[in-house]
Amino acid sequence: MGTPSSVPVPAGVAPGGLFASPGVRHAAAALGAFALLALVGSFAPKWLTFLLTMAAGNGLVSLGIVGLMRGGVVPFGQGMVFAIGGYAAALIYNRLGFTDAIGLALAGGIAAVLIAAPFAPLLSRYRGIFFAMLTLALSMVTYGLLMKLETFGGSDGFNLGRPTLLGQKLPDDRVGFILFLVTVGFAVVMAALARIYFDSTRGLVTLATRENELRVEYLGGSVRQAMAINFVLAAFCGGLGGALVVMALGHIEPTFSFWTTSGEFVFVAILAGWHSVVAVFVASTVLEVVRSFSSSYFPNTWQLALGVFLLLVIRFLPKGIGSLWHRERR
Amino acid sequence: MTKRTSAGAAAQRTALALAALLAAGTASAQETFKVGIVSFLSGQAAESFGIPAVNGAKVLVDAFNKGAAPAPYNKTGFGGMKIEAVYVDENGGATKQVQELRNLYDREKVDAVVGYVGSGDCLAVAPAAEEMKKFLLIYDCGTPRIFEDGKYEYVFRTAAHATMDNVALVRYLKAKNIKAETFNLINQDYAWGQDSKKDFTWSMEKLYPGAKSGEDQLPKFGAGQYGTEISALMAKPADVTHSSLWGGDLQAFVLQAAPRGLFQRTQVVFSAADHVLPGLGEKMPNGVILGARGAYGLMSPKSALNDWWWDLYSKAYGVYPVQAPYRMVQALLGLKLAAEKAMAANGGKKPTHEQLAAALKDLEWESPAGRIRMALGNGHQAVQDTAIGRTRYDAAKKMVVLDDIVRFPADCVNPPPTMKSEDWIKAGFPGAKGCP
Amino acid sequence: MQTAVTILIDGLTYASWLFIVALGLTLVFGVLKILNIAHGSFYALGAYAAASFVGWAAALKWAPAFSIVAMMLAALAVAVVVAPLTERALLRFFYGRDEVLLVLVTYALFLIMEDLFKLVWGTNPYYVSEPYALFGNVSFGRQTWVGYDFALVALAVVVGVAVWWVLNRTKAGKVTLAVIHSAEVASSMGVDVSRVYIAAFSVGIFLAALGGAFTAPMISVQPGVSVGVIIVSFAVVIIGGLGSIQGAAIGALIVGLARSFAVHVAPVAELFSIYVVMAVVLMFRPEGLFQRTQARRI
Repeated sequence: MGTPSSVPVPAGVAPGGLFASPGVRHAAAALGAFALLALVGSFAPKWLTFLLTMAAGNGLVSLGIVGLMRGGVVPFGQGMVFAIGGYAAALIYNRLGFTDAIGLALAGGIAAVLIAAPFAPLLSRYRGIFFAMLTLALSMVTYGLLMKLETFGGSDGFNLGRPTLLGQKLPDDRVGFILFLVTVGFAVVMAALARIYFDSTRGLVTLATRENELRVEYLGGSVRQAMAINFVLAAFCGGLGGALVVMALGHIEPTFSFWTTSGEFVFVAILAGWHSVVAVFVASTVLEVVRSFSSSYFPNTWQLALGVFLLLVIRFLPKGIGSLWHRERR
Repeated sequence: MTKRTSAGAAAQRTALALAALLAAGTASAQETFKVGIVSFLSGQAAESFGIPAVNGAKVLVDAFNKGAAPAPYNKTGFGGMKIEAVYVDENGGATKQVQELRNLYDREKVDAVVGYVGSGDCLAVAPAAEEMKKFLLIYDCGTPRIFEDGKYEYVFRTAAHATMDNVALVRYLKAKNIKAETFNLINQDYAWGQDSKKDFTWSMEKLYPGAKSGEDQLPKFGAGQYGTEISALMAKPADVTHSSLWGGDLQAFVLQAAPRGLFQRTQVVFSAADHVLPGLGEKMPNGVILGARGAYGLMSPKSALNDWWWDLYSKAYGVYPVQAPYRMVQALLGLKLAAEKAMAANGGKKPTHEQLAAALKDLEWESPAGRIRMALGNGHQAVQDTAIGRTRYDAAKKMVVLDDIVRFPADCVNPPPTMKSEDWIKAGFPGAKGCP
Repeated sequence: MQTAVTILIDGLTYASWLFIVALGLTLVFGVLKILNIAHGSFYALGAYAAASFVGWAAALKWAPAFSIVAMMLAALAVAVVVAPLTERALLRFFYGRDEVLLVLVTYALFLIMEDLFKLVWGTNPYYVSEPYALFGNVSFGRQTWVGYDFALVALAVVVGVAVWWVLNRTKAGKVTLAVIHSAEVASSMGVDVSRVYIAAFSVGIFLAALGGAFTAPMISVQPGVSVGVIIVSFAVVIIGGLGSIQGAAIGALIVGLARSFAVHVAPVAELFSIYVVMAVVLMFRPEGLFQRTQARRI
């Protein structure tokens, strides 16, 4: 029998007081995490803040993948929503002159949802390798389109300038830190929301789908609907991540949609496992660090170093980093 | 003597030695100038562009540190400061390159970055370096867009951009009176190929008005299989067939097209092909007109500096230097002069990024490929002479040589500071001087 | 008329090349359920091995005609040495895990092999020129082709028929088919499934290496050779159906003819036509044209 803590508690004040409610708990945790990261970021050297910004932005995409993985499917084409989010943000900045960082990030997420949503009903019917291959094909079609379209810069892509924040121009020496705060802020908020969603009814239905789809259908849940919604949510996360990364980099190009980019997001999701949302961002940071230091120490053989790292992780951490601290509550 | 006093004596001696050491050295003697060098160490551009350039850098930095270069480059290192080079692989996409650039400046604390072959990478890293207010020296990259679409204080390119390759190619055809009433195109389907094809087509419109363009093949980058494209080119043969193919793709194309007789049926012109000549040897057909994106390799002008450089590279690597190492050497020579100029102005200290930028702006210097002038982009973009030649396999020397070399001065094939390349070509090259 | 024939011939020669290169991929998926991203790397390994073997043959003063034998030996060496090693030392640990996980494992393998090639063969280009001129030229009207391209067509046919025959007419082949349908049931009937896996993987790698070895004479073998092959093999295999040999053949023909048509008639479309075809097939018939594996759906 389940212990009380495994039953989702409805939001609102629970008998144990304010902090027994999971919503408030998660919000407090999110706030605490943000404060801690802000502190770290203000003392860290610039390259580290930038690395963490990229890790957080990329981690958002992997968060979406984890959402889908909980349902038993692995999308191999999240590069598509990542690229759409990035291009949307960059185009809005350049063509419409709208430069607010938070607005651009949200615009990226929404654009990705708008473009990915029509595919959700189709994709929700498939599983396994075919789901992966279909998403891969879609992302490569997007890549091909982006390479061809010269209005979007073609294969070279294009640059975007410095975003503003809530109407304020960002000062030269604090740009990196402020974009770090924005990205990490979004990451923390999305992580908390993801945790709440995963623990909600639909989130648990998703988990059940992974175990046994037929049973879920018999119990009255709609697997297809759950999968479609998860796909759209993953698209939002991916688009959000793409926009944030583009603002930090100042440049976008079609490679965002290439299959190797998608593969790296999947790897982070697998490294993280699907139990803990914090693990997703930890895993993303680990990959960034490994990539960064392999480049420095093995300029001629960094691919070898990265490949070996990937293999070791897949072999020895089958349930991901999250399994290191998540205890299965039974 | 007790142990304590002898230890005390030892400590005293060490302290004295340390003090002496600290007193003896201000910047010049002990400090090094750390330079980050970024180019393709893996991937499809490694064999043709990245590795030769990096090899050139290695042998050159070595020579600099020994003070072995000819005057005016004969100071040890940069103005007496030893040079320390850190190498980074450009492979992995522009996103990765921006991160690596930040690592180089912030973590490795390099004093300058010299790098980049891929135009996409250049367009991504230039604004990043500018934002960080760090000195960046681009030594390759074809696209003219860097300084035509943007203004920079800290970013420089010490080689001419790709416009001059195709303009010179068409001028060569004209100068040699080669029949070009029809022309076919085969270029890789990405920015480099598309820009090259456009530059060639627009130049043809100006110098061969009435010339008709026929086949316009755009194979995927890295395709490697050109049988179908070759059939198309041979089905509708034209007087001239133009290509900006490079590296493995170019070699595959030549290997597949030559036995089928394409090179006999049309005059093939390659805009950037010199780097495949040492490898292909006999397999390169005779009579192919090609450029090296500058007066490089077999088309480099004779000078003491060039002779020294040629020997330096050939002895180290067993092959003569082609375009990539030449572009690296002109970049590092420019950096050396700029650093030494800055050090002369600031009293011998290691130059800051601002001082380097101020020194390199509008600079001119001699390189093994001729004179380099930072004349465009507000003193940030170089122009240089170029040359076009025709292949012939020399059985006695057992290598491909280039005949009928025609040199094009910088002012003939580069746009003026006031015009964008595209506009300049379309306007009919106004202001072009000294064209043969 | 000339153009139509040219389009057909170009389509056929390109399709043959595609078939030889993609057949190993579909076989490995069919038997081991592994979508091998490192397939392109084994192709490259075949090309490098061919360069070395043909070089040694030339040094030993073999007649040029025997360079073909050298290339076969190169592919065989890759299959016999590298394939079992990869299977036993690496893939074996990941059987039974999620199919997509295996894709990542092969991606890691691809990364590792790229740098291993650089370490072993360096970054200089290798040329395997002797075989290319062996078959002379073939002309039709105003077009000339190299005889070697037609030899590849013959090779594709031979290889395809051989694999089909072994799978459908020999005992070992039928056992393999049984394993393809259900490894569990086959195992319970006394089949040594892991031996079948090793054998199938080796054959798949042999075919990849064969593709690389026989392509080597027409390219310059250098770093980056594997990259162009991966996506195009995937497209062929997905269109034809994962695990199906007839599918690989038909998929290769479709892609080859479509590409040939595009190049001769509308070159602009060439770049992402292959992705669009792949996506369309996946949307309407994800198992590919020849069903071998069922797409699990609800």
